[in-house]
Amino acid sequence: MLTNQANQYGVVQIALHWLIALTIFGLFGLGLWMVELTYYSSWYLTAPDIHRSIGVIVVSLMILRLLWRLANPKVVPLATHKTWERKLAHVTHALMYVLILLLGISGYMITTAKGQALQVFDWFSIPAISFGIEYQEDIAGDLHEIFAWSLIGLAVLHIAGALKHHFVVRDNTLKRMLP
Amino acid sequence: MKTFKYLLAGLSLALVFPIAQAKPVTYDIDVPGMHASINFKVNHLGYSWLVGRFDKFEGHFVHDAKNPKNEKVEVTIDTRSVNSNHAERDKHLRSDDFLNVSKHPEAKFVSTSVTNQKDGTKLIKGDFTLNGVTKPIEIVANKMGEGDDPWGGYRAGFEGTAEITMKDFGFKMDLGPASAKAYLDLHVEGIRR
Repeated sequence: MLTNQANQYGVVQIALHWLIALTIFGLFGLGLWMVELTYYSSWYLTAPDIHRSIGVIVVSLMILRLLWRLANPKVVPLATHKTWERKLAHVTHALMYVLILLLGISGYMITTAKGQALQVFDWFSIPAISFGIEYQEDIAGDLHEIFAWSLIGLAVLHIAGALKHHFVVRDNTLKRMLP
Repeated sequence: MKTFKYLLAGLSLALVFPIAQAKPVTYDIDVPGMHASINFKVNHLGYSWLVGRFDKFEGHFVHDAKNPKNEKVEVTIDTRSVNSNHAERDKHLRSDDFLNVSKHPEAKFVSTSVTNQKDGTKLIKGDFTLNGVTKPIEIVANKMGEGDDPWGGYRAGFEGTAEITMKDFGFKMDLGPASAKAYLDLHVEGIRR
């Protein structure tokens, strides 16, 4: 099924989920690595270029995913899920969605803080918007890092939950997100 | 009679002025009107110069046309205001790879001696504190001029150059041998206190 059903995620939602998940971990690693590069590393310019470009793509996919999710029938939690599990899962999902969007916004605000456009590969560039915030690149940079670690922390919790349901509780929770 | 009065006034002014100027005079750097700038340039890869500046600073100097022993300079720089017109680079310059501004938000130059050199320039020796490290540096300064401004004040202006080796001030980032030094290009206009 292409679309979501009440008891199963559709192919589009599943594909977006795994694609974004892998990309987010990739961007996290790339981000941590690239800020430590020496000036004469051949990756000094290319690594941030890739990080920015992929970042824009993953945030766009995230918006698409959010719209797709809203347009589709709601997938309901399994009847066996306890109330606290439902609540925790719901909050975790919501925060992960919000954090990815915030990561996109804060990342954009680093690059464009002094009016430079954000170049996405050599495809197109997103012009800068002036917010008139002093030291915007520093503030946005600090936030970007905090958001990134928070997202990874939530993702670990999310993975732990999925694995618990698959291997300990042995229910269908994870299987519903597999093709 | 009127002409004579003006003449007398002019004469007395002309007499008084050189005497007044021979004393040490304190000038505040014109920060409100920003007739001053602290610029730096660092060689990029050996191919060109990267030019930047510090947008926020304040200070004063004492100028004595007769006796350089009375002369002094003191400037405080807000290191966070470093500006190379590129957000990601400025963010990097403020990090602990370079200026470490969260730990050392202030840089300071305090002169220790001023001497007039044969070529008409001034050699200003002093202690420069940057990134928490204090080292002696030398500024070669050239007086541009002094005199009344059109708004009732009195001004004097200098330009100067200095160079620092970034490693001396504990900068962690190594930009390579061609880029080891930062060349300071200083323009200072002071208003008499």
